[in-house]
Amino acid sequence: MEPIIEFQNFSFKYRSQKEPTLKDINLAIYPGEKVLIVGPSGSGKSTLAHCINGLVPFSYTGEVTGTYRVGGENPEKLGIFGLSKHVGTVLQDTDGQFIGLTVAEDIAFALENDCMKQEEMFRRVDEAAELVDVKALLDHAPGALSGGQKQRVSMAGVLVCDVDILLFDEPLANLDPATGKRTIELIDRIKKEKQATILIIEHRLEDALYRDVDRVIVVGDGRIVADTTPDALLATDILASQGIREPLYITALKHAGCVIEPGMHPQHIGTMELTACESALRQWNENTKLPEAEKPGEELLSVEGLDFSYDGKTPVLKNISLTVRRGEMLAIVGKNGAGKSTLSSLICGFLKPDAGVIRLNGEDIRDWSIAERGERIGLVMQNPNQMISNPMIYDEVALGLTVRGVPAEEIKERVHKTLKICGLYPFRNWPVSALSFGQKKRVTIASILVLNPDVLILDEPTAGQDYRHYTEIMEFLKELNEQHGITIIMITHDMHLMLEYTNRAVVIADGALIADGTPASVLTDEEVADRAYLKKTSLYDLAVRCGIGDATQFVERFIAYERELRKQERKGEA
Amino acid sequence: MSRVLSYEEKDTWIHRLSGVTKLVFFLVWSVVSMISYDTRVLLVMFVLSFVVFAMSKTEWRQVGTVFKLILLFLALNLIAIFIFSPDQGAKIYGSETPIVHLFGRYTLTMEQLFYEFNVMMKYLTVIPAVFMFIVTTNPSEFAAALNRVGVSYKISYSVAIALRYIPDVQEDFAKIKHAKEARGVEMSGKAKLMDRIRNVAAIIFPLIFSSMDRIDVVSNAMELRGFGKHKKRTWYMRRPLKRADYAVILGTLLFAAAAMCVTFSNGSRFYNPFA
Repeated sequence: MEPIIEFQNFSFKYRSQKEPTLKDINLAIYPGEKVLIVGPSGSGKSTLAHCINGLVPFSYTGEVTGTYRVGGENPEKLGIFGLSKHVGTVLQDTDGQFIGLTVAEDIAFALENDCMKQEEMFRRVDEAAELVDVKALLDHAPGALSGGQKQRVSMAGVLVCDVDILLFDEPLANLDPATGKRTIELIDRIKKEKQATILIIEHRLEDALYRDVDRVIVVGDGRIVADTTPDALLATDILASQGIREPLYITALKHAGCVIEPGMHPQHIGTMELTACESALRQWNENTKLPEAEKPGEELLSVEGLDFSYDGKTPVLKNISLTVRRGEMLAIVGKNGAGKSTLSSLICGFLKPDAGVIRLNGEDIRDWSIAERGERIGLVMQNPNQMISNPMIYDEVALGLTVRGVPAEEIKERVHKTLKICGLYPFRNWPVSALSFGQKKRVTIASILVLNPDVLILDEPTAGQDYRHYTEIMEFLKELNEQHGITIIMITHDMHLMLEYTNRAVVIADGALIADGTPASVLTDEEVADRAYLKKTSLYDLAVRCGIGDATQFVERFIAYERELRKQERKGEA
Repeated sequence: MSRVLSYEEKDTWIHRLSGVTKLVFFLVWSVVSMISYDTRVLLVMFVLSFVVFAMSKTEWRQVGTVFKLILLFLALNLIAIFIFSPDQGAKIYGSETPIVHLFGRYTLTMEQLFYEFNVMMKYLTVIPAVFMFIVTTNPSEFAAALNRVGVSYKISYSVAIALRYIPDVQEDFAKIKHAKEARGVEMSGKAKLMDRIRNVAAIIFPLIFSSMDRIDVVSNAMELRGFGKHKKRTWYMRRPLKRADYAVILGTLLFAAAAMCVTFSNGSRFYNPFA
C-alpha cells in the first residue's frame, strides 16, 4: 500500500531561526491508520503537524529540504488550499478557532469558501452536526457552548469536507478529564465511520491512549525518537527521558520494581497482564509509609453560605462554605463552567455575592474594595499576557507598590527580594518580551507576591503547559508554599496537579460544593469523580486489580513516595 | 456585564429585515443627512430616526456609553466651529442678527446659532441609525450584505469578524481591568481624571497582545478551511430579500428623493429662515 503521508530525509528551518526545527525526518503513515504523535513543547511536533496541513511553509515560512508527500502529492505544489482537500485540522484552541457567529455557520465555513450552493450546504451541515451530536445546537453562538461541545463543533467543521486525513492538534488541552475521555471515544467513532486516517498530537499520553491507536511516534528535539506500538513504547524508558508523563499506573509499577514487557499489553490498565506484578506491588504498598497528617494551621480565609447568580434567576453558586487554613496548598476542582472562577471572582471582590459572608483572618471583608482585597488576596490570571502591561520586568513587578505610593528605596528592596525568590533576579533589567511563557508566569506571580499577600489564588496555573514546564511552575509554587509559608489556592481541572501537589481538593459541581478531602480520596470516589467530570485515577484500577484492599491509601502512598523522590531530586540539583 | 455596541438577537421587524436592506437604508440615510442642511428635512429625519430606533427595541445600556462619548465630541465640534469661523452662519444666510457681542471679533449671531443647530441635527439623525444598524444586524449577515452590494468578501468578512470580536475584547478588557484593580491601580471615579485615563490606557497594551493572539489563531483557522481560495464564496446565512425588504428599500429611496427635492428647492443646501 502507498503511504498517505510520507517524509524522506525531511528537514525544516523557520526563516527566523538559525537551527532547523525538524531534522532528518523519515516517516510513513498508511491510509486508515490511527497514529498518536507525542513530544514535549518545542520538540517540533506541532511543526510536523503544520507541515502536514500546510501552515508550514505557507503561513510560517522557512526552508524545506528532503522530500515529503501528502495524499501522494507534493504539498509545496498543492498549496495550503490544495492540502485542505486532503487534511482537516482541528486546532488546539477551541475558543479561538470559531469563525462563524453560530454553530451552523461555523460548520459551513469551509463549504462557503468552496462556493457550495446554499441548499447543499444546509444538507451537509446537518449531516456533520449529526455525526458529532451537535444538531440541537445549530443556532447557538459557539461562545455559549461548553468546552466539549465547542470541540465537537470544530470537529464537525472539518468533517463536513470529507477529507481523508484528520489532524487533531492537542485535542485534550482545554478539557476536563471526563470530557477528554469522551473526545477520545468520539475520535475513535469518527475513524470507524469515515474510514479516515487519524493523527492525534497530544502530550497527555495516558488520556490519549484510552482508545487503541496503531502507533505512537515520539518527537524529541526535532527528530523522531520512537515510532512503535503503544505496548512496545510503554516498555521502554523513552517517555521519561523525553519529558513526557508516563501513565501513572506504569510509574507505580516501576516504583514497585516491576519490569514492563510489551507482551503484558500495558496500553490499557483494564486489560493489562498483571500476574507477574501483583505480589511486588502489594509488597511495595506494605513497605511504603503513609504520609503524616499535617498540623492544621490557623483559619485564614473562610467562605460561609455563599450564593451567587448573574441574572438573579439561575444560581451559579449555591450555599458554598469552606475554610482555608494558613499554609495550605489546596485545589478547587470541577468541570469547565462549574463555578470555580466565579468563586475566585467573589473572593477578590470583582463580583458581589447575593448572600453569604467572606472572612479574612476572621474579619468580614464585605466592604473592602477590590484594591484593598488585592493587598491580602493575590489573584494570578491564567494568561500572563493579560496581566503584564509594563515592557520592563522591574517596572511590572513594582507596579503594585508604585501605585500605593511606597518610597522608591523600599520598592527597590522589596522588588529585588521578590525577584530573587522567583528566580528572576538575573533578568531584572530585561524586557518582558524576551521571556518564555513560564517565566512570564513567574513575573505575574512576582508582581502579586511583592505585595505580601496572605493567600495566592491561581487560575489554571499550568493550562496548556507540557510536562516539563508544568513541573517547573508547580515546583516553584510548592517551594513558595513550603519555604515561604504562602497559602496557595489553585483553580484547576488538572487531576495530576491536584494529586501531585495539593493536600486538599474542594470539588464544585453545578454550583454546589460536593466534596472536600484529600485528592486521593476524591479521585478514588466514583460518584464524586463522575459528578465533577473528573476521572477516577488509573492508580485506583491498578490497586483493585492487584488485590490491594484500600485503594485510597495506595494512592496516598504513591503520592508521598513521588513527592519524596522529587524532594531528593531538588536536593541533588542544589 | 453589559455589552456595548454588539449585536443582540431580538424579534422585531427591523431585526427580521435582511442585512442588505439595513445597509442600503443606513448608507442612503447618512448621505442624505450629510448633503442636506435643510432644517425641515433634518427635523423630519431626526424624529424618524428616533422612531425607528425605538422600534428596534435597542436599550440604553447597549449604546449609552458610546452615545455620551459622541455627544462630548459633538459639543467640542460645535465650540470649535464657533472659535474658528464665528461668521460662518452670517456668510451662509447673508444676514447678521447679533444677539450678544462677546469680545474681539466674536459676536454671537442668530445665524451662527442656527447654522450650528443644523450641524448638531446632522449628528443626531445619523447616530441612532448607526447604532440601530450595528445592534440589529447579525455580523455574519452583515458580511453577506456588504459582499452583495459589491464589497470584496475578504474585506466584508474582516469587518464582520471585527464586529464579532467586540464582545470578546470587552470581556478581556474587564478581566484585565479587574486584575489591575486588585493590584491597587484605581480605575473608578475615585482617581483623578488624568490618572484614570493613564491607568485605563495601560490596559490597552495587554489587550492588544491578547487580541493579536486571537487574530493569529483565527487567521490560521480560516486559512486551513479554505478562506480566500476562490474569488467568490457563498453564504450560509444569506437571506433572500422579502417583500418587507423591498418595501423598506423603496421607501428609503423615495424619502431620499423627496428630501433632496425639498433641500434644493431654493437652489442651495440651506434652508434660510432669515430671508
